[in-house]
Amino acid sequence: MAAPGIRDIIREDLWKNNPVTVQVLGICSTLAVTNLLLNTLIMGLGLTFVTAFSALTVSLLRNVIPPRVRMIVQTLIISSYVVVVDITLKAYVPDISKALGPYVGLIITNCIIMGRLEAFSSSNKPVPALMDGVMSGIGYSWVLLVIAFFREILGFGTVIGIPVMDPLMKAMGSSEGWIQWSFMIMAPGGFFMLAVFIWVANTLSAKKVTHSQ
Amino acid sequence: MENLSPWVLFFAAIFTGNILLTYFLGMCSFLSVSRQVKTALGLGLAVTFVLTITAAVNHIIYFHVLVPLGIEYLRYIVFIGVIAATVQFLEMFIERYSEVLYINLGIFLPLITVNCAILGVSLFMVIRQYTFIQSVVFGAGSGLGWLLAILAMAGIQERLNEKKIPPPLRGPGIALIITGIMAMAFIGFSGMVQIQ
Repeated sequence: MAAPGIRDIIREDLWKNNPVTVQVLGICSTLAVTNLLLNTLIMGLGLTFVTAFSALTVSLLRNVIPPRVRMIVQTLIISSYVVVVDITLKAYVPDISKALGPYVGLIITNCIIMGRLEAFSSSNKPVPALMDGVMSGIGYSWVLLVIAFFREILGFGTVIGIPVMDPLMKAMGSSEGWIQWSFMIMAPGGFFMLAVFIWVANTLSAKKVTHSQ
Repeated sequence: MENLSPWVLFFAAIFTGNILLTYFLGMCSFLSVSRQVKTALGLGLAVTFVLTITAAVNHIIYFHVLVPLGIEYLRYIVFIGVIAATVQFLEMFIERYSEVLYINLGIFLPLITVNCAILGVSLFMVIRQYTFIQSVVFGAGSGLGWLLAILAMAGIQERLNEKKIPPPLRGPGIALIITGIMAMAFIGFSGMVQIQ
């Protein structure tokens, strides 16, 4: 593989080869927090940080790490950055850190990070590797943010804690205001939202293919 | 947490707080290995086994080594190390002593290190401050709950092969919808036992 340009990396990671919709990887650690937009945002930032810096580190060390113990070294690098994220969250946003519970630690087992390290960072120069890390993180986060947006607005009627649906319903003349879809907050809502997202994404990319032919 | 009966915890981990259907853990291997009942059973058993052992080992290490030394923040690194080592050790052990088991379980073992459910259980154990017995029971229950979910999923997927599914939903899309319906069904258990 020739050294890929920055533009290719961006296009690949954000849409064409999006880790969530196309590869359905690594949703474990993050889908659980998508019932609130703010939590998802913090989680996405943490994940992007870990992906970016472990990609950079692995790329810098790519000629030093013996292939036999590659996986263990990579896991240790990822864990170290996760510890940094965890401690930072605990110090600055203790409430959110508590709400995220075990899921911050679970970034370690997020298959996306390991996948990108294996597929890209371990065979590319540091700058593209960092770029790829950042973009995979963003490509992953934006999908979850969309899911979180719908889950929060339907489930709680709010966007980042600001009531939106209630005033809207009242303005439209409803006396009861917004009736919360508590189903959306619970686990099945997360599964269904992700399924719908994948459905829409696949339909859109299928259309694109037929158009360009 | 101290006075929670192990039996209650066990059933809660299987049904009401299913590690996959309520906490979204172990999704990656759940979606990729749930094509055939036989492989699903193998992976499920391996996960249950590793979960029980790592929950016990991590409990001892966390509460008797990390906490007294005041280095709790190192738990992620330690836990993932313990999990990787347990899997490796188990693989060697099974290879040496039981060929049948190795053929059936061996290929799944490397997959388990990156199964989020394993690390997730250890982290839940720390957050909820389980005792040793509770941790082991919680580990075994979560493993069985995961096994139950992936078995049901594999059974459905096998039947799904001949059905007409809209092309954009094929694969992960339909699998997630089924998982959602299964998760709804499992909510029905929540009247039985409740844990937090």
